[in-house]
Amino acid sequence: MEQTPAVELRHVTKRFGKVVANDHVNLTIRRGEILSLLGENGSGKTTLMNMLAGIYFPDEGEILINGTPVTIASPKDAFDNGIGMIHQHFKLVDVFTAAENVTLGTDDAKLDLRQVADHINEICQKYGFVIDPMKKVYDMSVSEKQTVEIIKVLYRGADILILDEPTAVLTPQETDRLFDVMRNMKADGKAMIIITHKLHEVMDVSDRVAVLRKGEYIGDVATKDTNPQKLTDMMVGRAVKLNINRPEPVNTTPRLEVRNLTVYDALGVKRLDNVNFTALGGEILGIAGIAGSGQKELLEAVAGLQPMAEGASITYRSIGSEDKGIQLVGMTPMQIKRAGVSLAFVPEDRLGMGLVGTMGMTDNMLLRSYRKGVSPFADRKAPKKLAEDVLKELEVVTPSVSFPVRRLSGGNVQKVLVGREIAQEPSVLMTAYAVRGLDINTSYTIYNLLTEQKMKNVAVIYVGEDLDVLLELADRILVLCGGQVSGIVDARTTTKEEVGLLMTKFQKGGDKTI
Amino acid sequence: MITFVQISQLLQSAIVFGTVIMFGALGEILTQKSGNLNLGVPGIMYLGGIAGLAAAYAYEMNTANPIGFVSLIISFVAAFAASALGGLIYSFLTITLRANQNVTGLTLTIFGAGLANLFGGMLNAMAGGVGQISIRTTSSAYRLSISNVVSLGPFASIFLSYGFMAYLAIVIAVGLFFFLGKSRTGLNLRAVGENPGTADAAGINVTRYKYVATCVGAGISGLGGLYYTMDYIKGTWTTDSTIEALGWLAVALVIFATWRPLNAIWGAYLFGVLYWLYLYIPGLTRSSQEIFKMLPYVVTIVVLLRVSMRKKREDQPPASLGLSYFREER
Repeated sequence: MEQTPAVELRHVTKRFGKVVANDHVNLTIRRGEILSLLGENGSGKTTLMNMLAGIYFPDEGEILINGTPVTIASPKDAFDNGIGMIHQHFKLVDVFTAAENVTLGTDDAKLDLRQVADHINEICQKYGFVIDPMKKVYDMSVSEKQTVEIIKVLYRGADILILDEPTAVLTPQETDRLFDVMRNMKADGKAMIIITHKLHEVMDVSDRVAVLRKGEYIGDVATKDTNPQKLTDMMVGRAVKLNINRPEPVNTTPRLEVRNLTVYDALGVKRLDNVNFTALGGEILGIAGIAGSGQKELLEAVAGLQPMAEGASITYRSIGSEDKGIQLVGMTPMQIKRAGVSLAFVPEDRLGMGLVGTMGMTDNMLLRSYRKGVSPFADRKAPKKLAEDVLKELEVVTPSVSFPVRRLSGGNVQKVLVGREIAQEPSVLMTAYAVRGLDINTSYTIYNLLTEQKMKNVAVIYVGEDLDVLLELADRILVLCGGQVSGIVDARTTTKEEVGLLMTKFQKGGDKTI
Repeated sequence: MITFVQISQLLQSAIVFGTVIMFGALGEILTQKSGNLNLGVPGIMYLGGIAGLAAAYAYEMNTANPIGFVSLIISFVAAFAASALGGLIYSFLTITLRANQNVTGLTLTIFGAGLANLFGGMLNAMAGGVGQISIRTTSSAYRLSISNVVSLGPFASIFLSYGFMAYLAIVIAVGLFFFLGKSRTGLNLRAVGENPGTADAAGINVTRYKYVATCVGAGISGLGGLYYTMDYIKGTWTTDSTIEALGWLAVALVIFATWRPLNAIWGAYLFGVLYWLYLYIPGLTRSSQEIFKMLPYVVTIVVLLRVSMRKKREDQPPASLGLSYFREER
């Protein structure tokens, strides 16, 4: 006999402007089941779950809880329907104890922390958590904080739990413990959805896998009937023709030689593990990998923004003086600039690291040139001219060059940033997620700009998340997996499947990173 | 050698002085716990002082036989309401219109001082004579203490020779301690000041909490101004900037007390002792007196240093103090 599903989504669609994040998604979740929601970055997993949690409201479609159609307009509605979501970014008050955080905003008449603590201990015992209800959150490890988040939703009586990449911040041991708890909750009849892109975890914990790709629902399979290879195929899908103009590289010469690059983050976790590669002038080197595999650290290390472990070497050779290598390791960004290194960097965080949001185009151009000249006053004429040129050539839509860039659309912000960086006539151009959030036309403008730079014998490094684009734009693709280079392949001959497999190659064993 | 009488005098003047800034600080603690850094405390104390004075003056002028108790209630309500209105202006600007909190607070200080001195000057002019208004009935109602009724020994008078507001300040401090630490509403309020995004997600109405805490907090701060005009300077008005100086001391006291209402009680009296200490140190000149008046600020800096070095999270200001909250900017 078929039981009524705990949750059923029918034709749920969500758009952000022109971008369709979820396109008529159908999904069912049953009681006593763990469902993995699998998909690449930007495939719409979190958006879909946020609609269940009351953060977003669907544009179309309906949501049924226990067979009854419901409207979930706020997080409170979600609670009332027994849905609890554990977000990637914890929502906890640091100076409060676990008990205070758990009781915050509940309808209990009076504040009796003893009673709350007792209730927490009951929940802990039932599902196998360990937490001290009187411990302050700022004294807790990441895993303990996550435990508090889970107890928070259980305390409110949730029986449908959504966990958004819960293992991203956990050690393997903590992950195992979390999975044990999840199995206990499953045995208790709770419905659970876990968002992850780690395939071995999917195989380990879930009963069923649902796959999303670019906002579309691809299908679901029972975990026991599938394997990582099949899941990867579902996740990345068939190659799509994009017809990006890709001329053959000419006169390739080494521009950037990275050797033995290892980076630890502030917490001592290895983010890059002995990375070696050479970026050639005259080609686009694509960098693929699941989010958080070390892409950010790699670019920042080259730009002089990341401390590196001993033994790293980054040699730079500028256009025209290839015989003279400059060692970048140990230099600050300012020293790198003074040494005559022409390095352009389009960071992922455009308005945080790239541009000053409240300033206009002219002033943002000035940021790159304010040290030029000997006059105590900054030269504003050249930046203004540059701003006007960028505005004209890249067709930036803005009321004027002094209009705050923060208020431009994402695509225009990116044009300003890329325009400024290219105007430096770089020898090496690094871009991180250069087309994220941009519409098709702007994306092609950016592709063409990068290709233009490549033909000027610049070494272009393109960190991307869309494999279709990488396969057609790049000349070679370097694949990062867990901070290691899992392969460097020729983009013209490789397949999507090959790159997809390289992206998850090392995950079975040393899975310390995100 | 300092005598017992001198110590007794010092403590009594310290308690009167401390009561003014304790009101200011308690109101500001409540405000800051909601995440609003209201630097308008001096201005709000001005508003409270002048509103209470004007209300009492109007009552005494228009009544043949003014009753002290009635005048007390009228002026008390007027002072609280005018100060809360100052808090409402601040709330509207910073919470609804998301204006910068520091700028808004400083503006409120300038505005309150100007407005109060304008009306204070007018009241003094209206009073004619020596150009100094005096509301004897109301002021004596405020200053009525047990020592007026019963004769007390020198020791008991250290504790019992004040008007009711000196005790009200302590009651508010203790009440605030229980409210913030033990009640659900207090827990919610602290969550708003620490992490409004989390509070919002937990279903707490962030805007309402901020508005109410800021307006009530301003009302309490304003009582400091009322106590100053009614008790400290005995129902008169002087257009000097003493209230402003006391207002900044109240802000310093919030930091000194590390946002704890109970610390504000003894902190306020300590500030009072330090402020008046120069009267009991022999051989000071007019200029070296000022060094002693500076001591409250010095100890505040020392506390700030100690707190920063110990890095204890409980001693820190509310985490989102001074920041506006937009739900869309998640």
